[in-house]
Amino acid sequence: MSPHHRRTIVVVGHGMVSHRFVQAAVERGLTETHDIVVVGEEPRAAYDRVALTSFFEVGAEALSLLPDGAYDDPRVRLVLGVPVEAFDPETRSVLLADGEVITYDELVLATGAAPFVPPIPGHDLEGCFVYRTIEDLEAIRAAAGTATVGAVIGGGLLGLEAANALSQLGLETHVVEMAPRLMAVQVDDAGGATLTRHVERLGLSVHTGAMTERVLGEHRVTGLALKDAPAIAAEIVVFSAGIRPRDALARAAGLATAERGGVLVDERCRSSDPHVWAIGECAAPGGRMYGLVAPGYSMAEVVADALLGGPGTFTGADMSTKLKLMGVDVASFGDAFATTDGALELVYSDAVAGVYKKLVVSGDGTRLLGGVLVGDATAYGVLRPMVASGIPLPDNPEDLILPAGRGVPETSLPAEAQVCSCNDVTRAQIEAAVAEDGTCDGPACVTRCTRAGSTCGSCKPLVKRIVEDFYATQGRTVDRSICEHFPLTRQELFDVVAVHELRSFDQVVAAHGTGRGCEICKPAIASILASQLNGHVLEGQTRTLQDTNDAYLANIQRNGTYSVVPRIPGGEITPERLIVIGEVARDFELYTKITGGQRIDLLGARMEQLPAIWRRLVDAGFESGHAYGKSLRTVKSCVGSTWCRYGVQDSVQLAIDLELRYRGLRSPHKLKGGVSGCARECAEARGKDFGVIATERGWNLYVGGNGGATPAHAQLLAGDLDRETLLRYLDRYLMYYIRTADRLQRTAPWIDSLEGGLDRVREVVVDDALGLGSELEAAMARHVDTYFDEWQATLEDPDKLARFVSFVNAPGTPDPHITFRTERGQIAPAEPTGPVSLGSTIPVGAP
Amino acid sequence: MIAVCRLDQIEVEGGVAALVDGAAVAIFRTHDGNVYAMSNYDPCAQASVLARGIVGTRGDVPYVASPMHKQAFDLRTGQCLDDAAIRVPTYDVRVDDGLVLVGARQESP
Ligand code: SRM
Ligand SMILES: Cc1cc2nc3c(=O)[nH]c(=O)nc-3n(C[C@H](O)[C@H](O)[C@H](O)COP(=O)(O)OP(=O)(O)OC[C@H]3O[C@@H](n4cnc5c(N)ncnc54)[C@H](O)[C@@H]3O)c2cc1C
Ligand code: SF4
Ligand code: FES
Repeated sequence: MSPHHRRTIVVVGHGMVSHRFVQAAVERGLTETHDIVVVGEEPRAAYDRVALTSFFEVGAEALSLLPDGAYDDPRVRLVLGVPVEAFDPETRSVLLADGEVITYDELVLATGAAPFVPPIPGHDLEGCFVYRTIEDLEAIRAAAGTATVGAVIGGGLLGLEAANALSQLGLETHVVEMAPRLMAVQVDDAGGATLTRHVERLGLSVHTGAMTERVLGEHRVTGLALKDAPAIAAEIVVFSAGIRPRDALARAAGLATAERGGVLVDERCRSSDPHVWAIGECAAPGGRMYGLVAPGYSMAEVVADALLGGPGTFTGADMSTKLKLMGVDVASFGDAFATTDGALELVYSDAVAGVYKKLVVSGDGTRLLGGVLVGDATAYGVLRPMVASGIPLPDNPEDLILPAGRGVPETSLPAEAQVCSCNDVTRAQIEAAVAEDGTCDGPACVTRCTRAGSTCGSCKPLVKRIVEDFYATQGRTVDRSICEHFPLTRQELFDVVAVHELRSFDQVVAAHGTGRGCEICKPAIASILASQLNGHVLEGQTRTLQDTNDAYLANIQRNGTYSVVPRIPGGEITPERLIVIGEVARDFELYTKITGGQRIDLLGARMEQLPAIWRRLVDAGFESGHAYGKSLRTVKSCVGSTWCRYGVQDSVQLAIDLELRYRGLRSPHKLKGGVSGCARECAEARGKDFGVIATERGWNLYVGGNGGATPAHAQLLAGDLDRETLLRYLDRYLMYYIRTADRLQRTAPWIDSLEGGLDRVREVVVDDALGLGSELEAAMARHVDTYFDEWQATLEDPDKLARFVSFVNAPGTPDPHITFRTERGQIAPAEPTGPVSLGSTIPVGAP
Repeated sequence: MIAVCRLDQIEVEGGVAALVDGAAVAIFRTHDGNVYAMSNYDPCAQASVLARGIVGTRGDVPYVASPMHKQAFDLRTGQCLDDAAIRVPTYDVRVDDGLVLVGARQESP
């Protein structure tokens, strides 16, 4: 096609599938020849509907699939907040509600589905809701403010999500399900019973086999009348009784629709009109609609492919599901109900732990056909692809569901087995990504590059396992030992030190190591001991464990001199203190520079000068800034509400408080924080390991930001926190990081490396899912209570000071190797010239 | 040989720098009680810093890691363990009556 004759694709709806279609179109070059106009009825760009429930915690912004609100490609136009009213296949044009008419060459319908509200009396009373959009959730939250009891009609997957949300909003919650069990489509009776126990344990009331006859109330809802059962009082009712494809536009235009709803399309997702396509929940390929996002994504790819002249087809989808409902894993895959002739069931059930697992295997016991997992679905990642690829079952299939050791059971999948069903990624593709000539350096990178694991996340453990196993076959190290001296990871070392109350390197080697350590394990153990004991880093035997920066409480420079960085909490400093720093720099002839961390660096100090310099600084009220330590550096602040006309909270005060709270905290890598007084974010808090941004109602807490070589924006952990909750979450987050991160792993890659990523952090920090909260807070309280300034303590201890000499036998003689030149009016290291000799023997003082 | 310090002035698995005939010499004491001396000058970083490195073992080899960029040097021979072409000169060293004595520079291992 001539590039001068551009064609137009109009996409109706901007939901998850529409967004994927546009992404695919841009990535595959369709926009080289086509303009794309996307018209969406919702007031915002596509967002992660699958994660809708987390809206209450993280807000709308975090759910967005297009945070900038527009596509980078200028050939994609996005119209939001305007529904399409109709389209006309004759003139090939669509009519928008605001009167605009757009002509198309190709039309893609991606209008999704709408919740089904059964037409029972009272279904439209005030207080009745559905659960599909962010606006629905906002309305539910507003209503929940004055209500005490809520009921959800429908005990399926979405109904349970809605019930969870009501209960988290503080309502006493009922679930009313017509079928005899919860999640009737996905799980069997025994699985449903296990699920009911979990849900009831969380304080919800479950009514199965219960038919709602009417919604009670005059104008407002007051309750539900059930058939053959007592009525339930409730002020909020959420309908979650299934969904219906939104095929009205297509019907009105005279297109064929499926018997049970949905735009009828062929294997290429083309409707009965050759220029109209339908994808996602509004489409019914071969007459069947799919209420999951993965098949929708496949359809989006198929249509992008078709418009490029490719051969792709959609031939049905794996309807397997795995989800976490109220902290309970539920998964269902393949022939979950053993409908195949002769199929056998293999069941493992532990009522106390609330775990139910069932495998469905072929009559001859050779193949896995499907299964149900409730309470523990770790095996899902490997079981689902086993069904899809039809590989023979291992000799002891029960091992696949018995409580597992390594998280994911041992098995070997064929190369073409689909590992990530959401994004259609095979084992071979994952291995290619991490192969010697591949692009990825580990599981987290594979998720970024291939998208495997980026949607529902259920395949992440398997992705990780495939990468590790692949490395093993390549002879590449998957050995996570910290070094040759300890067969343990940093986290394991941390735990053994804590559990056995080890107090010194010698004790740790004696218990778990060999040899005498190295520059890797020694500083790591020093850091672990420091986090747990908060002793002086130069105390006794720990001195020799420290990296040179910690060993001299200063940063070594290229010529062997050191820098001095006093702490300036939050970047706030009085003129008097500024003058002191100036005087010290002048008197010791140091180079001065304002750092990127809102403080001042004094460089070029000889080791033997450090105590005298710090004497002056400590006397003036300064303390160590720990620029040398793997520990808290700075908490950057903006001026905030005190001065700034936009500020809504006192960001300086909070930054100072946080810096003083966490100063001196030894951690796997350095830690930086930031506090901004409003959303303009002048403190760049989202570039920090922890960032706090003021809101009208409190503080938003972001975690996992990083500058450096691999920048990352911090992600919202929790919003609108009061000060006390903020401190509690921060205490937990930092201590959880200190306990579990690898050595020299900043918070961003640490969060990536956790199974579940940010969600995991939220579970531990916000939901306290591990019940570790108070322990982590206590550990932080210990740190805060025992903090002391290590430079001041050093100045008071002759033994420690004795180390700060140039030569043991000539303590006053400056190292002749260190010389300076002048640059821009200040000193700078002179070019190195090789070993320098003083040319004479220095007399030895009395030893 | 000249006396540069008392043995107890060197921490176990630590080092000190001393001036010997005008040259900076790093003297180390290992966990098994041995004392080693080599030039304090790190040829990789071109700075006089080796005495401030971390002392450890690789297999059976006692070594110091430069505090600058972590290259490892065999305490017994001065051989760089990461680059066969680099070696740091070593010095005769002996402990006598609690005093550490440093002697001539050894030209080859
Ligand atoms: C002085 C300063 C540059 C300046 O003149 O502004 C600086 C200097 C050094 N940085 Fe930095 N960084 C300085 C701000 C930053 C910033 C900006 C910030 O903090 O807002 C960043 C990016 C933000 C971040 O860390 O996420 C930064 C990212 C790094 C990195 C990369 C870390 C990473 O995660 O990839 C390193 C390397 C490392 O730590 O392993 C590093 C390491 C270093 C070291 C410590 C290298 C070393 O080991 O000798 C430098 C020595 C400082 C010294 O001797 O005083 N510096 N460095 C800044 C000191 C801030 C302070 O007051 O403490
Ligand atoms: C709470 C919840 C949890 C879920 N959990 C899961 C899960 O765990 N796993 C899973 O696979 N799926 C899950 N789903 C289903 C999943 O969200 C859908 O399958 C997916 O969003 C379908 O994408 P879609 O683009 O087809 O539809 P949608 O995302 O609904 O997008 C359709 C868009 O089109 C717009 N639109 C409709 N008509 C018009 C018009 N005339 N003009 C303009 N715009 C229009 C709509 O407003 C909407 O924004 C969940 C859904 C919900 C509600
Ligand atoms: S972040 Fe907001 S309050 Fe802070 S300086 Fe910038 S505009 Fe002002
Ligand atoms: S299976 Fe959902 S992200 Fe991979």
